[in-house]
Amino acid sequence: MALRTLISSSRQTLATGLGLGLQSEARNLGLGFRHARELQTFSLPDLPYDYSALEPVISGEIMQLHHQKHHQTYITNYNKALEQLDEAMAKGDSSTVVKLQSAIKFNGGGHINHSIFWKNLTPIREGGGEPPKHSLGWAIDTHFGSFEALVQKINTEGAALQGSGWVWLGLDKEMKRLVVETTANQDPLVTKGANLVPLLGIDVWEHAYYLQYKNVRPDYLKNVWKVMNWKFASEVYEKECP
Amino acid sequence: MRVSRHCKLLPCCEETKDFTQDSIIGITQGEDICLWVCFVLDLKSAKEAIKEGCMLESVGFLAGDALCLALLAQEMLVLVQDALEPYMSQRTLEIHWGKHHRGYLEGLNKQLENNNSLYGYTMDELVKVTYNNGNPLPEFNNAAQVWNHDFFWESMQPGGGKIPGHGVLLQIEKDFGSFTNFREKFIEAALTLFGSGWIWLALKTKEKRLAVIKTSNGVTPIVWGDIPIISLDMWEHAYYLDYKNDKVKYVNMFLNNLVSWNAATARMARAEAFVNLGEPKIPVA
Repeated sequence: MALRTLISSSRQTLATGLGLGLQSEARNLGLGFRHARELQTFSLPDLPYDYSALEPVISGEIMQLHHQKHHQTYITNYNKALEQLDEAMAKGDSSTVVKLQSAIKFNGGGHINHSIFWKNLTPIREGGGEPPKHSLGWAIDTHFGSFEALVQKINTEGAALQGSGWVWLGLDKEMKRLVVETTANQDPLVTKGANLVPLLGIDVWEHAYYLQYKNVRPDYLKNVWKVMNWKFASEVYEKECP
Repeated sequence: MRVSRHCKLLPCCEETKDFTQDSIIGITQGEDICLWVCFVLDLKSAKEAIKEGCMLESVGFLAGDALCLALLAQEMLVLVQDALEPYMSQRTLEIHWGKHHRGYLEGLNKQLENNNSLYGYTMDELVKVTYNNGNPLPEFNNAAQVWNHDFFWESMQPGGGKIPGHGVLLQIEKDFGSFTNFREKFIEAALTLFGSGWIWLALKTKEKRLAVIKTSNGVTPIVWGDIPIISLDMWEHAYYLDYKNDKVKYVNMFLNNLVSWNAATARMARAEAFVNLGEPKIPVA
């Protein structure tokens, strides 16, 4: 039987049928007990800036809808799916466990991806659009030739993506190499490679740009670089490649 | 300039004595120019024609025919594009039809210019061939999306919605239990589709029954040999301008006000030539 670490929430729970002492010892060992587990629920992270702060690149209307409706819906449905998964696991209902995987991947992925996306953007007056320097800047030059070449590559792949998805600049932390990848729907970057760490992602679902750019996704891609938060991308990069 | 033998002059065009060849815009498949412009000079009679449902049929492209489309003059486009208001705005149609659908068509034409092996197919055949049994060729997305949008425009009409006619209703009740149950299944499918795609009411040829089908991106049930009866575009561009993220409202509005059960009846009638749906009706007397 696989032992899982508890994802503990702020409330303490009593282990039924077990003494508290035993439970705390078990906790110290990093082990968990099913009936003592408290399921973690996720909530909408705040944006580090106002909805209108990214204008005129991304309108306040889009930011508000995107954050309050789309991202929130992913979170709500993710929590629901996790709850259902918990019940199914408790009952040993394997077919439900397996059936829930696509909902978890979709909604959980949506939550993961959008949480990264909000940090990938920043208002122009706070440094949005400033190209990366230091190690990430050099790595980009090494792997893509130039910063402009990278932007061009990402824009081309983002525009060519059929349907809904994301375009990423990622780091293969094993090979210490930068990659440009696309994922479909809400698949997180890690579905393209277990060693891939997202540095920045651009949402190319139509809801990310339609109200403002309509069908002209290439214009959205061209403009979004003006609010790109390279500082965040650099931080993530430097953590993996010190 | 030869007109391809695949092209058909649409019924409304035949009535028009004033159409000119000056405004023919060419779409070439090999040597054939396959496009007519049906230019009605009199706006007033055009409005009459719209009321009779004529024009709306000719806005789209003929699904089932080779790249053959009849474009109306600009005024016609404008007249027709507000026909589905207030449920689907003119603005949406302008962009959905004029940019997205047209973009797929132009993209497809460009690809076909460079690929002689795909010469001579009808749209249906082109979609199935480029689907390549699940390993789609680069042309598939454009071909399928041209076909899909064609089918979608013809799945709607002004004054649509309500309930289907007798024959279709009976079949729905047989395969879903009740019309209400079909509605629920259709709405549920629309709300649980991940990403971009389409919702279909289709006749499954092997099972010989109607079913609600979800497809992703550009896939259409014809690639599996099934027969679509009605479709709903669930790509965000289809509803975002009018409904933002409120998919529930969009789907309900479609079912209540836009879906063309007339088109469904015609398609079912045609489908029955290919699928045996039940016991033969032996007259009582």
